[in-house]
Amino acid sequence: MTNDTIAAISTSLSKSGLSIIRISGKDALSVIDKIYRSKSGNKKISEVPSHTIHYGYIYDEEVLIDEVMVLVMKGPKSYTKEDVVEIDCHGGIVVTKKILDTVIKHGARLAEPGEFTKRAFLNGRIDLSQAEAVMDIINSKNELSLKNSLSQLKGNVLDKIKEIRSSIMHDLAFIEAALDDPEHISLDGFNEELENNINVTIKELGRLLKSAENGRLIKEGINTVILGKPNVGKSSLLNILVGTDRAIVTDIAGTTRDTLEESVNIGGITLNIIDTAGIRDTDDIVEKIGVEKARKVANEADLIIYVIDASVPLDINDEIIIDIIRDKKAIILLNKTDLDMKVDPNKIKELLDKDIILISAKENKGINRLEDWIIDNFFQGNLDFNDEVMITNIRQKNAISEAIDSLNNVISSINDNLPEDFYSIDLMNAYELLGEIIGETVNEDLVDTIFSDFCMGK
Amino acid sequence: MSYIYESYDVVVVGAGHAGCEAALATARLSLKTLLLTISVESIALMPCNPNIGGTSKGHLVKEIDALGGEMGKIIDKTYIQSKMLNKSKGPAVHSLRAQADKMEYSYTMRKTLENTPNLYIKQAEVSEILVEDNKVVGIKTSSDAIYPAKAIILCTGTYLNARCIYGDISNYTGPNGLQAATLLTESLKSLGIEMFRFKTGTPARIDKRSIDFSKMQEQKGDERVVPFSFTNTPEGISKEQVSCWLTYTNERTHEIINNNLHRSPMFSGEIKGTGTRYCPSIEDKIYRFPDRERHQVFIEPEGNYTNEMYVSGLSTSLPEDVQYEMYRSVAGLENAHIVRNGYAIEYDLINPNQLKPTLELKNIDGLFSAGQMNGSSGYEEAAAQGLIAGINASMKLLGKEQIVLDRSQAYIGVLIDDLVTKDTREPYRMMTSRAEYRLLLRQDNADLRLTKIGYKVGLIDEKQYKRLLEKEKQIESEIERLNNTAIGANNEVQAFLEKHNSTALKTASTLADLIKRPELSYDLVSEIDKDRVDLPEEVREQVNINIKYEGYITRQLQQVEQFKKLEKKLIPHDLDYDKVPSLRNEARVKLSAIRPRSVGQASRISGVSPADISVLLVYLKMIGK
Repeated sequence: MTNDTIAAISTSLSKSGLSIIRISGKDALSVIDKIYRSKSGNKKISEVPSHTIHYGYIYDEEVLIDEVMVLVMKGPKSYTKEDVVEIDCHGGIVVTKKILDTVIKHGARLAEPGEFTKRAFLNGRIDLSQAEAVMDIINSKNELSLKNSLSQLKGNVLDKIKEIRSSIMHDLAFIEAALDDPEHISLDGFNEELENNINVTIKELGRLLKSAENGRLIKEGINTVILGKPNVGKSSLLNILVGTDRAIVTDIAGTTRDTLEESVNIGGITLNIIDTAGIRDTDDIVEKIGVEKARKVANEADLIIYVIDASVPLDINDEIIIDIIRDKKAIILLNKTDLDMKVDPNKIKELLDKDIILISAKENKGINRLEDWIIDNFFQGNLDFNDEVMITNIRQKNAISEAIDSLNNVISSINDNLPEDFYSIDLMNAYELLGEIIGETVNEDLVDTIFSDFCMGK
Repeated sequence: MSYIYESYDVVVVGAGHAGCEAALATARLSLKTLLLTISVESIALMPCNPNIGGTSKGHLVKEIDALGGEMGKIIDKTYIQSKMLNKSKGPAVHSLRAQADKMEYSYTMRKTLENTPNLYIKQAEVSEILVEDNKVVGIKTSSDAIYPAKAIILCTGTYLNARCIYGDISNYTGPNGLQAATLLTESLKSLGIEMFRFKTGTPARIDKRSIDFSKMQEQKGDERVVPFSFTNTPEGISKEQVSCWLTYTNERTHEIINNNLHRSPMFSGEIKGTGTRYCPSIEDKIYRFPDRERHQVFIEPEGNYTNEMYVSGLSTSLPEDVQYEMYRSVAGLENAHIVRNGYAIEYDLINPNQLKPTLELKNIDGLFSAGQMNGSSGYEEAAAQGLIAGINASMKLLGKEQIVLDRSQAYIGVLIDDLVTKDTREPYRMMTSRAEYRLLLRQDNADLRLTKIGYKVGLIDEKQYKRLLEKEKQIESEIERLNNTAIGANNEVQAFLEKHNSTALKTASTLADLIKRPELSYDLVSEIDKDRVDLPEEVREQVNINIKYEGYITRQLQQVEQFKKLEKKLIPHDLDYDKVPSLRNEARVKLSAIRPRSVGQASRISGVSPADISVLLVYLKMIGK
């Protein structure tokens, strides 16, 4: 419904090489004008003919980001029927992200999942017969995005944002309670307290923002699960992946799920290896964790590493696991190949059509082949590195920095001696922005907090 | 044996604050109107607090007046004290509140009703709503008289199956021991209407002669009174005012209550209805906020013809003996003589989600509902809905377009939208924090926002309309003049700025820019404004506010523009949500139940996500709406 300007990365990030950042909306041309420089320095994209391609550079103020090709399509002859600009770059994930950041900084907003398609449809670009597909995309993409933003958010970040939000809400509710019941609740002397609280909050948000800039607010990477029967060597494998000098290891005590996770970097690709309680320590995944749990973990994973003990024959437990991972992205590791082989790789291939790698965790053999396999598959685009996660990171960073702006507005309002009811506008704004990060909407929060925190009324 | 009595265009059931506004609106719009009340003595009764207005409620009264309603005019005639609350805060939260002479208010309203052409008052209890093919055809009273009618407006207040309780004493009566209405609930249920049960309460009334005011702080009214009605002037309604008095509860009060909590019907589970969080009983406050050492108590006169004083802040349903002890523990009330006990009251109402934003029931054509019957609390909230229901019943019968005020137009819009859209499970009280566009919905500009609508429906006369247009013009041209009047950095100007502790000018500026400075105002800069002509106060006020807060106002106007886009996107009344693919299940259930009028309303239903709204937009486009 809105005709503001949106931007997103429109290519899958897992494929190396070319990335495209797409901008659509009434300010698309003015945004690109602010960040694009041609070789001669005097070309303006807003003045070039529609449907032409231009070589040049993207700058954030005076900082060069990348060499790019810019394609301009003026509405209505574009996918969304709005002015559309596409920036083609080839600098990989980090640069693509930086360009998107720059585009957003200069006046575009990060597109909601499915928003380009939605606009294309609402503007009459897409055929009516495709409406159902459009609706499907919107809700499934949103569900995915929400699931991602929540599950990818580190537990401590979630807690911190919740804490900051509730502190903002408490102050806001106090002001509102006093405005609604001025004879019972006085705001005398509150400005000073509020200013202190807000300064503390701004500092805390600043710290969060910094860690967001370092990419630590959420986990980016391939969610990987190691499945297998007891004693097949899952923990040895994990230890090898984690414990060598190739691996960057961080321990994240997840509070959003009851698991411990290891982040492993292989050839520049991050794997988040999810170690569900029990996989390492218990004897029987099928009995102790249960088929349902295994199924759930497998569903959430981008990659499953299925470890089989080559020295014992397959049994019913393997059949269950095979059944669970049949339609998932998975690799089979035949471990303990240093012992007598009781399992025939060809037989397994018949049961489950996945790549198989023979390893010996004990003798540290074959691990490099696993690593090559992961790298190859990632760059061939077979492994789904989740783009949404990275987008989520940008979205969250934006929300935090806008929240900081809003809180700074409150401080100026206090210093300008504006009446207290003006503070509420910016406080509420900050509260809403932070809510976007953790997927919470405002609803009746304010009225509920007024009544729960303050004694109101006659 | 039932029989036909007489037919009417509109029957209004109940003559409280909602019923009075509804009946006046329909009658003034030339529809033959029957106003039914259980007791003619209780017309426009104020059974609880003796004030009209207050934070955000004052806004409602001004809006009622701007649309051509009556409440503001009656309170301007019958107030005994008037105060603008929040005067030190921003203009958006300035709220007018008046103490009413309750009896005079009630009589003045009754006289107005009695002298309105087309309006007929009748004392009777309604037993049945008569419906054929989902369309109202009339009502039946307990005496079996049938009144054929084209529209019915239910304004039953707290009377449906009402039950008053204090301690273990419970009586099936309406407020003040008035007869309850015991027949209508069954009739409504049999029409398939879902009913709720709410609870509210009131404090004791105390004989003025038994109060020691020397132990209390006097609370006076404002010297310069602002009228509620845009048709009145401060001078025109100025009068001698009475005082209210402030005292406090203390440890002893709290001890008495704590020792007797188990005897409170609220805590024993005797009361099942849901109470409002805004007007908690004193036992509730002490239970929920045990750390508070004292609570404020305002002693307010109920009128000039009675010694009864209202004890604001000490609403209770504790047993009579505990009330006696508890009230007497408060400073100044040591010898208090209680005229009437405090009590809680339970009553039936409809689930307001069954209403369209026009206040007509979605499933029964011609049946409207307003006031506490719709889950609100407060005289002002009731009157506002009564007026809208009255206007819309009239528009419907006259074949004209009904009105729906949106959240950016009026507090009335916020009130009704919240009631019909949200899951309200307690008596709903208006609050300024419920309005997203508060800075635009000020009490001072209610006429500028709404009087044109009142004129269009026919409740505002030509004279008042012309006056509004003139006011609009004056504001506009004065703002323009100030924006275009350059002020040089000359000695006179610098001296003026210095006098008001304002930074000296470095270069030329405009008058408007000077007015924006926190320490200056439109009135102050008159000293250096050579070309200023004398404008009425109401114009000067608008000019000042609009210039001073221009930045914020513009910001809100931009938000409103976005908001309106979804509001204007109407959803067909009979849309089958089961046919909309990809909606999440929760959203599908909620949307099917509430059947929102617009995509905007849909977006405010809890459980409907932004993605669901996108899906809905795509679907509406697909089916060509």
